[in-house]
Amino acid sequence: MKKKMLAVPLAMTAALGLILTGCASGGGEEAGSGELKIDVPEIPMQEELGEFEDEVNIVAWSGFVEPAWSDQFTADTGCTVNRKVAGTSDEMVQLMRTGNYDLVSASGDASLRLIVGGDVQPLNLDLIPNFGDDIVEGMKGQLYDTLNGKSYGVPIGRGANILQYNTDVVTEAPTSWDVVWEEDSPYAGKIIGYDAPIYIADAAVYLMAHEPDLGITNPYALDETQLTAAIDLLKQQNTIIGDYWSDPVKQITAFNGGDVVAGTSWEVLKKLSENPALEGTLPEEGSTGWSDAWMLAAESANPNCAYAWMDYTSAAEVNGQIAMNFGMAPANAAFCETSDEAKAHCDQFNATDEEYFSNVWFWTTPIEQCIDGRTDVTCTNFQQWTDAWLTVKG
Amino acid sequence: MTTQISLETRPKPLSSALQRHPRGRLAALLSLPMVWLVGVYILSLALMLVTAFWETDSFTSKVKPGFSLDNFASIFTVPAYFAAAVRTLGIALTVTVVCAILAVPLAIFMAKVAKPWLRAVLAVAVTLPLWAGYLVKILSVRIVFSEQGFFNWLFGPLGIQSPGYGIVVTIIALIYLWFPYMAIPVYTAVSQIPANLFDASSDLGAKGLRTISTVVVPLLKPALIAGSIFTFSLSLGDFLAAKFVGGSTQMIGTIIASNINLNPPVAAAFSVVPIVLVLIYLLAVRRTGALENL
Repeated sequence: MKKKMLAVPLAMTAALGLILTGCASGGGEEAGSGELKIDVPEIPMQEELGEFEDEVNIVAWSGFVEPAWSDQFTADTGCTVNRKVAGTSDEMVQLMRTGNYDLVSASGDASLRLIVGGDVQPLNLDLIPNFGDDIVEGMKGQLYDTLNGKSYGVPIGRGANILQYNTDVVTEAPTSWDVVWEEDSPYAGKIIGYDAPIYIADAAVYLMAHEPDLGITNPYALDETQLTAAIDLLKQQNTIIGDYWSDPVKQITAFNGGDVVAGTSWEVLKKLSENPALEGTLPEEGSTGWSDAWMLAAESANPNCAYAWMDYTSAAEVNGQIAMNFGMAPANAAFCETSDEAKAHCDQFNATDEEYFSNVWFWTTPIEQCIDGRTDVTCTNFQQWTDAWLTVKG
Repeated sequence: MTTQISLETRPKPLSSALQRHPRGRLAALLSLPMVWLVGVYILSLALMLVTAFWETDSFTSKVKPGFSLDNFASIFTVPAYFAAAVRTLGIALTVTVVCAILAVPLAIFMAKVAKPWLRAVLAVAVTLPLWAGYLVKILSVRIVFSEQGFFNWLFGPLGIQSPGYGIVVTIIALIYLWFPYMAIPVYTAVSQIPANLFDASSDLGAKGLRTISTVVVPLLKPALIAGSIFTFSLSLGDFLAAKFVGGSTQMIGTIIASNINLNPPVAAAFSVVPIVLVLIYLLAVRRTGALENL
């Protein structure tokens, strides 16, 4: 779990306990007693490795599977790597459901959907020796890839959704998200928001700090009132928004063209913009973020090649290459010690700075059971978030 | 008679076999296009539309077969959906009208006034953007209207600022995309109007505008309607223009696009909206009798 959750005292600790015990005691019962139980289809775990197949089909984020390291993998194992690049988590989920792919680099907002939908299988970590002690603390056994004590994902990397601003216009460095949420923002009309239902969590993070009366303790566990408040905040933001982005290229052109001067970004986009006027910060309210993990299709046609790939990419050097290519904090901390360049990369992306990531709420699929431990209310699920999100833009 | 025997035993050519079997002739002629039309074109559309009656699991977003009209109801009950449908209709009509207003004088000039070399230059200019990719064109509009873009560079000194990404630039982008589809049929129609009609109109005392409104436009009606079917239906279905230059503008297409992965049944139900609007449009056009001249 994230440190943030551990830091939030009793309620969270209790919730954690419930997640573990509740799920371990078998998901077949009704969740009427209020425990957080998630029914997960029984899918057997692979016991041992067999012969390598000819290929492995991977759905990945752009930059995760590149010839620079996949060619070596093919040479080692004989498994040809076929890559399919997906643009959004929702697209990844749909692609995995076609049954044509063995592996996916799922982010936290997709992983619960995949696990509960029976689209991915539990992993036998013994078959992935490189999944070792070096995985950074904040990426071990998170809610969104570990259920019922079973692991469903091999961490790849993580990153925060930062507040990026153009210092030519935003001369005073912002320390709060208020410049992108409040109606009287001096940058009204020049603000960019993220274009996906999961962006509701960003509003919730802001409300957590500024409207404590709402009682939000986890931005992914919103009851109906809290969701309405977040949507109202997003609608208010819509009046000062200049643009929304889900396509990174669009975000970069919006900032570099001067159409927007403040809004959601990733470290890597700031880097790719090559614009010295752009700065980024993790505001005092904290932020959302994403954490990606390899997940293996339930009906994988090439499980042995897939296991080999997960092991290969968990090695410090390869994990580091992916992280550097994509621009994120690698999951394997051992990479940071391999060279000066690696060290610089880890520093820039706060790879081992758990303090930094303790302020980051990693994307998680919102579900009806409140993952903040509340049992007296039903939380809103992802479908409700999707419907609500479409009302934001009017 | 040896010659007669050889004639009867000679193998019959395919053409004479088809001559004697009209049904076979018809089947041979139509089987290939019908496989495409029904099997690929209509069937896939029908399969997609069937999912409009299905439901989505609220947790896993998996689509479950069933029967429910909720998805269609949501078009009317969700204010954002209804507003987007109305907005899209307005945008499509605006684009169509502006394209027509731009196309008629241009076509008259090209066909009746311009010298051949200028006509060729204009014809190339109108069709030139068709050579570029669709997305490239939208991004070029995005760049033109960006804060530091061409528009502000040109008009900024005059105090005119880019309207910023929104409905206005979306309409401009759509006009840019679909104008050739209006201009080309209108130009073809104008060039088919005999020159002596203009002379006759002039002899009867009509000035330029009067000639256009009473002689040219009625003759152009079929071409204008043909062009408008393109500009109207293509604008209704478009989503990339709104996505890239619309700021937070939602159109039918953007709602379908955002639902296609999250809630396919709603996307399918929403895709019926442009189909219905185009059907209404075609029926209205048919009543004018213009389609018979196409």
